[in-house]
Amino acid sequence: MPWRIRLKDGVFALVEDPFTSVSDDWAIPQGDVIISLTRFQAEGDRLLSEGRKVGVRLEADEEVEALAYDLPRLSVVALVFPKFGDGRAYSYAALLRERFNYRGEIRAVGDVLREQAGFMVRCGFDAFEPADGSTPEDWERAAHRFRHAYQRSTDRRTPAFVERGE
Amino acid sequence: MYQYDTIDKDMLADRSAEFRGQVARRLSGELNEDQFKPLRLRNGLYLQLHAYMLRIAIPYGSLNPTQLRKLAFIGRTYDKGYGHFTTRTNLQFHWIKLSDAPDILDHLAEVDMHAIQTSGNCIRNVTADPYAGATAEEIDDPRVWAEAIRQWSTVHPEFSWLPRKFKIAVTAAPKDRTAAKTHDIGLNLKRARDGSLGFEVMVGGGLGRLPHIAPTIREFLPAARLFSYLEAILRTYNRHGRRDNIHKARIKILVAALGREEFARQVEAEWEKIGSGSDLPDTELARIRGAFRPMSFETLPAQSEIFEEAKAAKPAFARFVRNNVKPHKAPGYGIVEVSLKAIGETPGDATADQMEVIADLAERFGQNDIRVTHEQNLVLPHVKLSDVPVVWEALAAVGLATPNMNLVSDIIACPGLDYCALANARAISVAQHIAEKFADPDRAERVGELKVKISGCINACGHHHVGHIGILGVDKKGEEFYQLTLGGSGAEDAAVGQALGPALPYDRVADAVDTLVEVYLRERNDGERFLDTFRRTGVAPFKEAVYAVAD
Repeated sequence: MPWRIRLKDGVFALVEDPFTSVSDDWAIPQGDVIISLTRFQAEGDRLLSEGRKVGVRLEADEEVEALAYDLPRLSVVALVFPKFGDGRAYSYAALLRERFNYRGEIRAVGDVLREQAGFMVRCGFDAFEPADGSTPEDWERAAHRFRHAYQRSTDRRTPAFVERGE
Repeated sequence: MYQYDTIDKDMLADRSAEFRGQVARRLSGELNEDQFKPLRLRNGLYLQLHAYMLRIAIPYGSLNPTQLRKLAFIGRTYDKGYGHFTTRTNLQFHWIKLSDAPDILDHLAEVDMHAIQTSGNCIRNVTADPYAGATAEEIDDPRVWAEAIRQWSTVHPEFSWLPRKFKIAVTAAPKDRTAAKTHDIGLNLKRARDGSLGFEVMVGGGLGRLPHIAPTIREFLPAARLFSYLEAILRTYNRHGRRDNIHKARIKILVAALGREEFARQVEAEWEKIGSGSDLPDTELARIRGAFRPMSFETLPAQSEIFEEAKAAKPAFARFVRNNVKPHKAPGYGIVEVSLKAIGETPGDATADQMEVIADLAERFGQNDIRVTHEQNLVLPHVKLSDVPVVWEALAAVGLATPNMNLVSDIIACPGLDYCALANARAISVAQHIAEKFADPDRAERVGELKVKISGCINACGHHHVGHIGILGVDKKGEEFYQLTLGGSGAEDAAVGQALGPALPYDRVADAVDTLVEVYLRERNDGERFLDTFRRTGVAPFKEAVYAVAD
């Protein structure tokens, strides 16, 4: 079974991944799956009715709003970074957490490097499939690189302007 | 200026430590150049023709003497004894070793400076009026807002990986000294009829291959709602800006493609959903305002005898005052412009020795305040008129008193082919040749305000599109040619210049500018600047004169 890095209660750990990420031209295997938005729209109801957990993989050029009504049924939203410099998924994660109150797993997939750790955590990602061989320790270090944050964000970290008033 | 607290200092130290680790991983081969490039860029490091270039942020162009001395030290220790002030009010060192970069960043952090987000596809250094806090024209101090934006945009979780670079300007006076309409966002502070403070919001300006003047998407945004509105603009751009073509990735392309009304509608819809939860509390704005140490202006008569006597006695000083000293809000004070455009020198360059002289003058006579302008000059914003003669002599002794503000030799030029890997043609030497044509200061003053801007390639770092005379270097079969445009402006009357005609070879550019000026002097009506005359007559008489000589 594959692994991914999971952030839970402030701790990064390597955790077994029960989900199989299925591309559109594969047959759906047994067990929990992550599928594309298109496939979810066609087959999601049936897969969920079978009692398994389902996640959706959202490409960078797809609209996060398309998931709005299905979010309570989704165990994972996997946001794709086609290149690590492509920052659209940060907005999607922030919207999932803030606007749609999504509390399931938000997973970073694709060109995912430890350099993005701080940004991802602040925008609400809590699972990571790094492409650079980085470890939970690397992510821990990278995510805590800055002792302060200037902005309010979805991670509820105390922003500098509140710290200053304390 | 704004005093950093421990949080601001910790941010710089942490960033410096992060980058030191990234450089180490690059040098050990753990990071490849493709992975390292966006990381070094957002720490100001470019790979240029001869060496690494380090671009140091000077937030809203504001410096104190300690910082300027540190820049002089870095120039002397790690570079060739000088630095280059840019149109983004930053400072560039062009001869840096990669392995020295982390040490330089540590030196900078000691004086509350950094190179964070001076490059890369993120929110860059904020521009503000270099006369902020000194001019009577301003509605509010734009630095307070610029500093709040600096903090908000630093390591922003959502907006650090945009489609392309992103530049914001804040101005608060009717005379725009920031080129706000050429920025991705231009913010113009205004007061409503009821006296409340707000911003006119202009979005989608930019130069480069496809120049755009930013249209206004909101006439009046209540000041307290600034940050939720910025979030709405940036989110709309982050999601919908083009990422398939680097030349079409700036927000100006999105605004132009959607149209101003539709873009504004999308921003407003997003803004409504965001609500006021993203706005900065008034208490923090008040704290920032308070952290700008207040100036202590003496109560002085509006006129100074020493100043008037020096003007009467020394024509050269009188000329300097006419061109380089501007009215200050406090009676008996003046704003002193320090020209980095000495005839024959590289526009924007300052030697370490010159930086130290300016630092000393700011300390002795200028309330420890120094500004950088987007036109690549420096400003001592608060000098007592009675001290101006002494300041002038000290500046003149090191070649910093050229009396040419806004005149034809006050040229903006990018580094061009002398330094830059992107350039097609030289820019600096073209500027030098033009300045030499107008070395006679009487003639330059007769010509009056004339903004010449030169770029060595289509990326337009020299802002040629918005020059009254714009000059763009192009490559024609391995030879340097130059396209001239007329009638552009980056100020409140912003416009993109109009092509004059076919490109000219290198050795004809300065003569052509000379001819254009002669046409202007012949055609002008009373009180008209070059720009005004051109806008009245159109291109015809100018074109005829330049190409008649050619044929």
